[in-house]
Amino acid sequence: MADKQFKYIGKPRRAVEHRRFVVGQGRYAADVHLRDMLHVAIVASPYAHAKIKSIDASAALSLPGVHAVVTGAELLANTDPMLPGVDAPLVKRYPMAIDVARYAGEWVAAVVADTRAIAEDAVELIEVEYEPLDHIVDPEKAMEQSSPLVHEAQGSNVIFQRKFVWGPVEDDFSKCDHEISYRARWSRNSTVPIETFAVACEWNDSTQIMDVWASIQMPKFPDQLAKALRLDGNAVRVHFDIDVGGSYGVKRGLKHSILVAYLARKLNRPVRFVEDRLENMRGGDMQGPDRIFDVTMGFTKEGIIRTMKMRAVDDIGAYSGRSPLQLGKPVGAIIGPYRIQSVQYEAIAVMTNKTPQEAVRGFGQSPTNYAIETGVDRVARFLKMDRIELRKKNLISKDEFPYLIPSGTSYDSGDYETVFMKALNAAPLSELMAERDRLRASGHLAGIGMSTCLEPSGGNSSFEPLFNPKNQTTTWMDSCLVRIDLSGSITALMGTSSSGQSHETLVSTVVGEVLDRQPDSIRVLHADSLNALPSNSPVGSRMAIMLGGAAAGAAKKLRAKLAKIAAHHLAVPEESLRYENGVFTCTTDASKSIGWDGLVEIAHRKYHQLPEGMEPGLQEKFVWEVPTGGTLPTEDGRVQMYPCHSFEAHVILASIDPNTGKVTIHKYICGHDCGVMISPDVVHGMTYGGIAHGLGAALFEKFSFSEEGQLLAGTFMDYLLPSAHEVPSITIVDHCTPSPLTEFGQKGSGEAGYLGSPAAIASAVNDALSPRGVSINTLPMTPSALWGVINSDAIEA
Amino acid sequence: MKAAIFDYVCAENLDQALGVLEEVGSDAKLIAGGQSLVPMMAMRFARPSLLIDINRLDELKQVSEDGETIRFGACTRQRDIEFNTALNTTAPLVKKALNWVGHSQTRNRGTIGGSLSFADPSAELPLAAQVMGATMHLQSASQGVRSVNANEFFLGPMYTAISETECLVAIDFPIWSGAKVGTAFTEVSMRKGDFAIASAACQIQVDTKGLVKRIAFGVGGVNGAPMAFPRLAEQLVGKVLTPQLAQELANEAVKECDPGSDTHNTAQFRKSLAATLLARVLVEALENAMGNQ
Amino acid sequence: MVNKVLVKITVNGTLYAKEVEPRMTLVDFIRDEVHLTGTHVGCEHGVCGACSILLNNEPIRSCCMFAVQADGMEVVTVEGLAPERGELSKIQDAFCECHAMQCGYCTPGMLIACHDLVKHNPHPSEEEIREAISGNLCRCTGYQQIVDAVLHATGGERNHG
Repeated sequence: MADKQFKYIGKPRRAVEHRRFVVGQGRYAADVHLRDMLHVAIVASPYAHAKIKSIDASAALSLPGVHAVVTGAELLANTDPMLPGVDAPLVKRYPMAIDVARYAGEWVAAVVADTRAIAEDAVELIEVEYEPLDHIVDPEKAMEQSSPLVHEAQGSNVIFQRKFVWGPVEDDFSKCDHEISYRARWSRNSTVPIETFAVACEWNDSTQIMDVWASIQMPKFPDQLAKALRLDGNAVRVHFDIDVGGSYGVKRGLKHSILVAYLARKLNRPVRFVEDRLENMRGGDMQGPDRIFDVTMGFTKEGIIRTMKMRAVDDIGAYSGRSPLQLGKPVGAIIGPYRIQSVQYEAIAVMTNKTPQEAVRGFGQSPTNYAIETGVDRVARFLKMDRIELRKKNLISKDEFPYLIPSGTSYDSGDYETVFMKALNAAPLSELMAERDRLRASGHLAGIGMSTCLEPSGGNSSFEPLFNPKNQTTTWMDSCLVRIDLSGSITALMGTSSSGQSHETLVSTVVGEVLDRQPDSIRVLHADSLNALPSNSPVGSRMAIMLGGAAAGAAKKLRAKLAKIAAHHLAVPEESLRYENGVFTCTTDASKSIGWDGLVEIAHRKYHQLPEGMEPGLQEKFVWEVPTGGTLPTEDGRVQMYPCHSFEAHVILASIDPNTGKVTIHKYICGHDCGVMISPDVVHGMTYGGIAHGLGAALFEKFSFSEEGQLLAGTFMDYLLPSAHEVPSITIVDHCTPSPLTEFGQKGSGEAGYLGSPAAIASAVNDALSPRGVSINTLPMTPSALWGVINSDAIEA
Repeated sequence: MKAAIFDYVCAENLDQALGVLEEVGSDAKLIAGGQSLVPMMAMRFARPSLLIDINRLDELKQVSEDGETIRFGACTRQRDIEFNTALNTTAPLVKKALNWVGHSQTRNRGTIGGSLSFADPSAELPLAAQVMGATMHLQSASQGVRSVNANEFFLGPMYTAISETECLVAIDFPIWSGAKVGTAFTEVSMRKGDFAIASAACQIQVDTKGLVKRIAFGVGGVNGAPMAFPRLAEQLVGKVLTPQLAQELANEAVKECDPGSDTHNTAQFRKSLAATLLARVLVEALENAMGNQ
Repeated sequence: MVNKVLVKITVNGTLYAKEVEPRMTLVDFIRDEVHLTGTHVGCEHGVCGACSILLNNEPIRSCCMFAVQADGMEVVTVEGLAPERGELSKIQDAFCECHAMQCGYCTPGMLIACHDLVKHNPHPSEEEIREAISGNLCRCTGYQQIVDAVLHATGGERNHG
């Protein structure tokens, strides 16, 4: 399929969405103005753990312009709790605290007023009496029996713990010549979009519909919202045509939406809540993985890594969002791109009195890749072997696909060494080495970093039944409806929101390819949840595969229908027809042909010329289950996780000023293989952005908490997002190993760059530090941290 | 993050501004560029009941010099200083410090007086003022004008000698006339444009033989207020400033610093960094001086 | 009683006279009084640059200013950058050509910064472009294609990383 010539797929093309963005005509949730709309502000707990003894809202309610104050008690009585992803029904979660606040920033009350400013004024007038309780912020301590409990009823702070053993791990270790053990620490960070979460709701008594406009990227959002509100599914209409200002996983705002929808119905007025940045950072519940990895790798003296034990402890915060499951998804690529034969994986999700986590780009894969790649570099260092040579010895080779890994996933296709070599040659490696040596000679620490990682794609949710056997969900689909109207124009409908992935461009390119019509002439709309076909949202790098597949499926059905109409009309067999650019021509008699307008005429107006029994009109839907999906995990936790596996190889040259601890990246190359790229500009863009996210995680970003459980990085002055000065110029080198599982050979690519860049930057930093005999295994690698490591002798002295 | 309610008056002249300030006292705040104040108000850390806007007062935007002193009106925009090439010779350290201040968008509104009166311990312009021994002119309705030297002006983090009825109206920087004057300013921050983890500044004048004629230097971000080291500087006069001597001096200077640790940086790191940067600016300023006419 | 002040601000060539609370920021004025929602709010404390607009022809952060402070001044927002209806400025067009955005949220602020840069520096280097946009944070693009767009619009050359 790599050889197949596409007309539109894979070609440079301006994104449809950008036309409105460059003139300021994007339509974001905070742009939605409804008549008589009210605004919300939040009272948040200042304590990490406290009993809420009383809430006195009388002063707030008497402020002119204030319409209501709502607390957890009211939501408890009128809404259903949000479901944890794992089997922990005693860890209940509502949009606001019920009797006990479990993290600093947890919502305790909400004020509704004429303006946001008045709502904030009223927030200050609400008097809450708290009784502070013992709190716990250290995840390892939280696992101990003696620690304060975040949820009394649960009896433990460990909400999930399971040890998987795939293959003869102990036996394999005994056969190894060596083993190394290490700890790698991925500190809490997140993708932090520039737009905070915003949601507006309007209830209508006569139609009994709750309209919702939200900055959302979440599977099953309308359903979960309806359920929490105790409404029928067809009473909630989520408008997916809202532009979402970046999400990268985190825009799950279910609690925000339940609150606002509840208020809209209670007050019978439209209500909107736009999180301000302080609310967002502390209580928006969109922080990411916070992990301690303890890893042991067993290997031969020739450098073959045979077996691995990994224990991953994730500090998920005070409630179970999507977070425990983010320990599950990496099971699908637990050995990375290597031929590791057996694995023991212990996943522990522990609660502390901190902000809950939410799904973050990669759903746990990036921290896991960081842990694996740290080990690979260490094995090389141990054996005094070149890291490139070591990787080459262990990378799965292109002839071994499909490759079944110990945890049950089959990798569909790949050519890892080729991509790796392409990246090394593009650098080129010899120049990087020369430059590194020059930097070292001038007194800097300098190193070359590399990482070779997978991006599992296709978003199968099989980590759900894996981590919660009571959840037997195996359906993970997406859909598209394509119609050709009376004038012959093509419209396609997708059933979910977009947050910068240019799905309208994706779908129109795919439909254009299949129908051989100009993509720019094809309009793509976002349906709302009442008229949408089933979708599971852009998560898990799935849309090129799933939405692309569904759009192709619908377009193919339409094309087949057009062919039948043509054959019938021309009285020739279908097989004798050639199709090009909307025209069917008989290959044996060129005078017999019918064009687009003629076909549309017949389908829409000339019933008498349609084949017998054919439905009038030209509209087809396609609902597609994820390829390789549909199976439940085995007893020992083996399951096909995601269907397709993209690959990336990062090569970096970095230097560290030993006196300031500052890291400079001199060269950044990323080799990338996601099969056939439908929209190469989109793919490249997201890869650059993923690298920037990864750079932030590696060097700058951390949600630090004090001993008292106070978030210390609650504004952009302390949570540091990389600017154009910090993100270097990046070169991407493409390769294409198509997937056998998809229509065009496309794999997914929403997480590219992010999945391999923290590992590669850490690799460069540690290569730079290695002449000093020190290393760093905690992210972020700030100047202070690096200086501390470099001067550790001096400090101890 | 909407500010708490306040009243607003746009001053038509300085006397009016000072009169209102005197009347209302600590509940009122002066606003010029607002680049520090408005975010503080958005977070409700600052909650004046009255904002007195002095940003349109031309009388506070004049830049003048008389050969010995250069005087900046407090509301002179950072941007206007940045693009004023004449200041390269008359206020070279201020110019160099400005390269590190915020981003162009904040410099388009921010003023020199605003930055000095906000007195963030990691800010660049306060360090330049401290090193150069600038003089701040404070004026109130009832007390008239008084002058305060930089070393008595910066009292702690976000805390200056400005009383609640006073307005910083002008700042005098001494001009070092003559040949072979050099400057250097550097800082290390997490990202470019952030407040410094530590910063260092130096202005030096050497004679034709390369011996130190005059020197002033200091560090920022490692104490409650920017620090200058006039006594250590005195010791250098008449000497050759070698890189080794520079490092020794820097190490000595930093002993007086008492930074705290915070979310990002340990106290030890800040001190070590300050010493490193101070040694660097001493050497750089000297090179700059040797190369200048 | 809420104290309101009359402010007169010209936005994209049209004068708006509105009674607003002094505490209303310029960005909220633009979005809620003038109803131009192209300028975005990202942080409300002067760091992210999503609220960037041109004030008397200079780029500033409109969240760091109260509308009352802008009385009598001229504002240009992203909606005022295109030369004519149906046309795009060179930079806007280059942004589309070079795929310089994804979610579009930081884009208006980026465009303001880039327009200002090119007005003063018609042929900026890559370094100068990065400096000019360093006060505008983006979480989607990694800045690469934004830099490429400005180089494309100004006939510059890109240094590959």
